[in-house]
Amino acid sequence: MADQSLPVSGTALPPGTKAPEFTLSATPDQTLSLAEMRGHPVILAFYPADWSPVCGDEVSLLNEVLPEFHRFGAQLVGISTDGVWCHAAFAAERKLHFPLLADFEPKGETARRYGVYRASEGVADRALFVIDAEGIIRWSYVSPLGINPGADGILEALEPLAPRTEGAAA
Amino acid sequence: MTRPIPPLAADDHVLGDPASAVTLVEYGDYQCPYCGEAYPVLKAVQSAMGRKLRFVFRNFPLVEVHAHALRAAQFAEAAAEAGLFWEAHDLLYENQDTLDDRSLVAFGDRMGLDRALLAAAFEGRHNEKIQRDFLGGVRGGVNGTPSLFINGQIYEGERDVDSLIEALSAAAMVRL
Repeated sequence: MADQSLPVSGTALPPGTKAPEFTLSATPDQTLSLAEMRGHPVILAFYPADWSPVCGDEVSLLNEVLPEFHRFGAQLVGISTDGVWCHAAFAAERKLHFPLLADFEPKGETARRYGVYRASEGVADRALFVIDAEGIIRWSYVSPLGINPGADGILEALEPLAPRTEGAAA
Repeated sequence: MTRPIPPLAADDHVLGDPASAVTLVEYGDYQCPYCGEAYPVLKAVQSAMGRKLRFVFRNFPLVEVHAHALRAAQFAEAAAEAGLFWEAHDLLYENQDTLDDRSLVAFGDRMGLDRALLAAAFEGRHNEKIQRDFLGGVRGGVNGTPSLFINGQIYEGERDVDSLIEALSAAAMVRL
């Protein structure tokens, strides 16, 4: 609840900016690049670290809302400075159905490019970006580190972007 | 940015008087330990506020992290069909350690719940409502469980009896 660690305001790349390319490890032997996801809206969820408490955990919430993101044709990736083995254990324990990318070496470089790196702590901000099918940032949001931003802003940003694939609902 | 949570609907589970001065909506998961902690607190708040308070429970099962959360929600919805929602809600929160299917069936028997209603619920009869509760919550800014809304506004204060009564009483004053 305490909103210590307020975000460094105004450094996150704003809407209208071309999303910086990246290629990051998704598993110990696979990488994922932004370019590979072109053609669909992409949600980037930067977060400070794996293993925060579960019930109010942002990553777990986004995982639950994932089917709804898919209805908008969007892909979700999580990004933190944790390494691939940490991500693998975290994803398995939380039953995550989307990739976690390791912004590990050079540490935090992708977060830096998006303007959401906290150099003093060595972690990414809790920041969300919605990127359209052409690779343009359409929405970005940085929340205080201790506050889970929820998923409503993402859904709102996705609405105008993609033709809804009706009938895909479970 | 955030939409309001959906207004009260006919199939909401409501405890209290429509003329109440203040409405508290909980988005909860029956297997969530924090919801379990909030359960006796909310009971005490309801008892202290009496007719001034209307309490509403909506489903927000975190099914990926809580293996029994969906089944428990289905159980409560089945009980609602028989007019036993709040009995089911309380039983679930008082027995969070035993929410496996066999225990749910036993709870149903204990409550006198028709097994056919439970079977239909387990087959998904109420899944659309459960999902509607969940998504309405997500769109309204629910970011974990439990999430509490007082007269439609998210409550982010402490979840102890005194703090809640204070916030609810303040909201009741505004409304009156």
